[in-house]
Amino acid sequence: MNRSPYITNAPSVSSIMLKVLLALLPGIFVYAWLYGGGILITLVLATATALATEAIMLKLRRRPVQPFLSDYSAVITAWLLALAIPPLAPWWLIVVGVAFAIIIAKQLYGGLGYNPFNPAMVGYAVLLISFPVIMTKWPAALSFAETKLSFMDQFNYIFSHALPANISMDAVTSATPLDYLKTQLKLNQSMDTIQVAPIFGVFGAKGSEFVALAYLAGGAFLWQQRIITWHLPTAFLGAIAAMAGLFWMIDPSQFANPVFHLFSGASIFAAFFILTDPISGPTTPKGKLYFAAGAGVITYLVRVYGGYPDGVAFAVIFMNICVPLIDMYTQPRVFGHKK
Amino acid sequence: MNAPINIAGLLKKTKDVFNFHGGVHLPEHKAQSNQLPIGQLPLPDQLVLPLRQHIGNMPKVKVAVGDHVLKGQLIAEAEGSVSAAIHAPTSGTIAAIADAVLPHPSGLPDRCITITPDGNDTWIERHPQDWRKGDVNTLVNSLRLSGIVGLGGAAFPTQIKLRSNRSPIHTLVINAAECEPYITCDDMLMRERYDQVVHGIEVAQRLLGAKNIMIGIEDNKPEAVKAMQAAVENTDIQVKVVPTVYPSGDARRLVYLVLGKEVPQNKRSTEFGVQVFNVATVLALYRYFEFGEPAISRIVSMTGNVNQAQNFEVLFGTPLRHLVKAAGGAKADTSHYIMGGPMMGFNLPSEDVPITKAANCIIAASSTLFEPPPPAMPCIRCSRCADACPVSLQPQELYWFAKSDNFEKAQDYNLFDCIECGACSYVCPSDIPLVQYYRYAKSEVIALDKAQEAADLARERNEFRLARIEREKQERTAKHAARAQGAKAAKVAGNSDSKPAATDKQAAIAAAIARAKAQKETDSAAPKNTTEMSAATKAEIAETDSRRVAAGLTEEKSPAADNDKQAKIVAAIARAKAQKEDVSKVSVSGDDKTTKPVVDADRQAKIDAAIKQAKVAKAEAEAGKEKTSGNNDGQLMVDADKQAKIDAAIKRAKAAKSAALTAKNKEDN
Repeated sequence: MNRSPYITNAPSVSSIMLKVLLALLPGIFVYAWLYGGGILITLVLATATALATEAIMLKLRRRPVQPFLSDYSAVITAWLLALAIPPLAPWWLIVVGVAFAIIIAKQLYGGLGYNPFNPAMVGYAVLLISFPVIMTKWPAALSFAETKLSFMDQFNYIFSHALPANISMDAVTSATPLDYLKTQLKLNQSMDTIQVAPIFGVFGAKGSEFVALAYLAGGAFLWQQRIITWHLPTAFLGAIAAMAGLFWMIDPSQFANPVFHLFSGASIFAAFFILTDPISGPTTPKGKLYFAAGAGVITYLVRVYGGYPDGVAFAVIFMNICVPLIDMYTQPRVFGHKK
Repeated sequence: MNAPINIAGLLKKTKDVFNFHGGVHLPEHKAQSNQLPIGQLPLPDQLVLPLRQHIGNMPKVKVAVGDHVLKGQLIAEAEGSVSAAIHAPTSGTIAAIADAVLPHPSGLPDRCITITPDGNDTWIERHPQDWRKGDVNTLVNSLRLSGIVGLGGAAFPTQIKLRSNRSPIHTLVINAAECEPYITCDDMLMRERYDQVVHGIEVAQRLLGAKNIMIGIEDNKPEAVKAMQAAVENTDIQVKVVPTVYPSGDARRLVYLVLGKEVPQNKRSTEFGVQVFNVATVLALYRYFEFGEPAISRIVSMTGNVNQAQNFEVLFGTPLRHLVKAAGGAKADTSHYIMGGPMMGFNLPSEDVPITKAANCIIAASSTLFEPPPPAMPCIRCSRCADACPVSLQPQELYWFAKSDNFEKAQDYNLFDCIECGACSYVCPSDIPLVQYYRYAKSEVIALDKAQEAADLARERNEFRLARIEREKQERTAKHAARAQGAKAAKVAGNSDSKPAATDKQAAIAAAIARAKAQKETDSAAPKNTTEMSAATKAEIAETDSRRVAAGLTEEKSPAADNDKQAKIVAAIARAKAQKEDVSKVSVSGDDKTTKPVVDADRQAKIDAAIKQAKVAKAEAEAGKEKTSGNNDGQLMVDADKQAKIDAAIKRAKAAKSAALTAKNKEDN
């Protein structure tokens, strides 16, 4: 090097991002095993769209393309969004979502390091609001679906919306457990009757509870590699568990238990992979706690009282707005200064 | 996240050692240079001693070229209170007192004394002092002649830290941490000269009157720790082993490590009753009092890309080349030399720089040892830097503010608490040169503060000057009023006398009155002896006046008023001249006819010149305005000011021209 410090031990941005991708693999594997290979198609589509739109935007902005493409941050956005949307969604859904996320939520704000909102969550929110019906058509887990689709069937469906002759979409998909829970509660069913439905698994939503466990393993790997700290996942899951526990203790027939909430929907996934986006999140340790706790509270409230089955995307986007305020008020005490 | 994971240390020393926030673990590279004992060097051909090897004033040279000096002879004495002396490191002749390149990041030259050794190494007569029983004040005052400065790298004159007019010191901390990689000079010093170190500590203790004494050593120096522990056996000096974390050698960090006291960056540890000395400095104190030896050498680690890395006892002024040769020469792919450690060191401009009091280590660098950094990526706000900062700052915020020149916010986020240790840059995944940004921001803030001070001073001076001119104007108007009264009285008296004989005199008086009136109305510094000036001279003066105001040398009122005044002056002068000519038309013949057109033409030419000049100046101001950026407020102001003045000058010139025309018309009619 030519200036002090002459030495460095830092991992590069791309190596950090690659490790995040690695941490997603267990979850992807379980996901594909439970729901079929359609998710892999979506992942490939998403990656291609992300890299293409990023390259185009960088060229338009007259920035060097190669260093920014090879930092894999666009690929992470692509994978996170692909894992958040239904796997049998038509191909254009993921393309639109990823393109919006990269072009508008990331590049138009200035590219890597400058986006105030989590791009994947912005893309997800746009899709959810624009295409609500498609976004809620989740396939049931292969193990208990009435009809199973093979990999080629799924491929065909994604690209041409064609199903094998005697199968209808309703037979393939079903409501998610959170969605089912919400509708049934609105129909004034009590928790006991609801929870014997086949979509409820051992401790969470059937099928996705194991995906959540796989994401947990990936999250533990990230923590061990010192890519994330304990603050964000602990505060987020803790807030959800606390809120769920509180409401459940007040009226168990109206509210699901905390374990269910922890292992359903995107809780674990968000805790380790969504909230931990460093660019749109807070920088101080205390700030991370407030940020994640706020997101957890909002997620729970949207789940119970909001119009959407899962509130992670909106919770994260809202807390992203609060980040500058959180950062300002959680500055640590400087050495030698009195607080 | 980056807290030291020294389990053994935690278990054993939790009571003794207080771990500071942050810090980084660095690869040590110490084994390279601590295998051999401290080496001695042969005398070099030349010793180049910069006068400025310390913080403070430049010392005063006491020798001349050609003088023969002895080893340890004072060749430059300390100037003022914060300064240190320079001594000849060996006997020889003063070869030159000239500028030479310094071992400094700027690479700039500065005054140096060059000595050619005579090879005899003859000592001057040395005067030991009884430091155990002597008067403390006398001992401390004698340090002005010792040339001893802090040898940890800061080079602060040591006598200041021992002066009697300071806060009482109860704890003395000896800094033997040596936290930077590659540097092993203090390590070897303790291993070999532990007895002298202990005596040095005793000297410092006596001079300070401290009751608690601690010596802080990092745990990566087990031999030094053992040697020191044995050496302090029967004393009340405590050896405190601190975990190996960079930057534990920073004075305030070390005070926190061994005492748990947080000294903020804007205070000194002496305000808390603690004084810190580097271990080599106290040894130098001992040598000075016990043997009368002033500061003429130090231990330097010559390491890195050399064939035989080693510590050497180096005379100050030794050229770097000489030291590199003694270490077996630099390997072929050496690109340059670094003074200091890899975290806070700097590039040396050439191999010919001398070793100074601040040089604790020289690293021969190559692109294999220190790879060039990849281009910086944008900050991803991962906050590893904040986790690593030993001062608990937010480096990423300081980076954003420094980058956008938002120096106010940077200071709100405690920019000046940064010790520039480089831990943040070390851990940054985006390879951002963070410390350079902070150095830039700090220097900009200091420059802005200086400019602000200068601007304040200029403003005060201007205000005083305006007040002075006001006062002078009032004095002048009072004087003229008195004179006008006198002239009026004389006129009345003159009217009652014989008329024809007095017309000449009358005209003169009338002209004088007109002038006085005109002068009363103007507040520019009008010349006094205008009674016998020719019209040409008067025109020239009016010309000059307008130029002076344009250049800002004379204070001006509103341009319109000035125009009026100028016009009035010119008209009054023209009237008076006309009157005089009328009166003296009979007596004077022809001259006026010849002078008139000449005057007019002359005047016309000068007015044209003034207008042209004003136009050129205006054009320049326009161009200059486009060039200046928004940040450079001072310059913008000047341009705007200048612009206004130029506009005024143009207006005046125009008015003068029109006035001259009207006067001419009047005369013609």
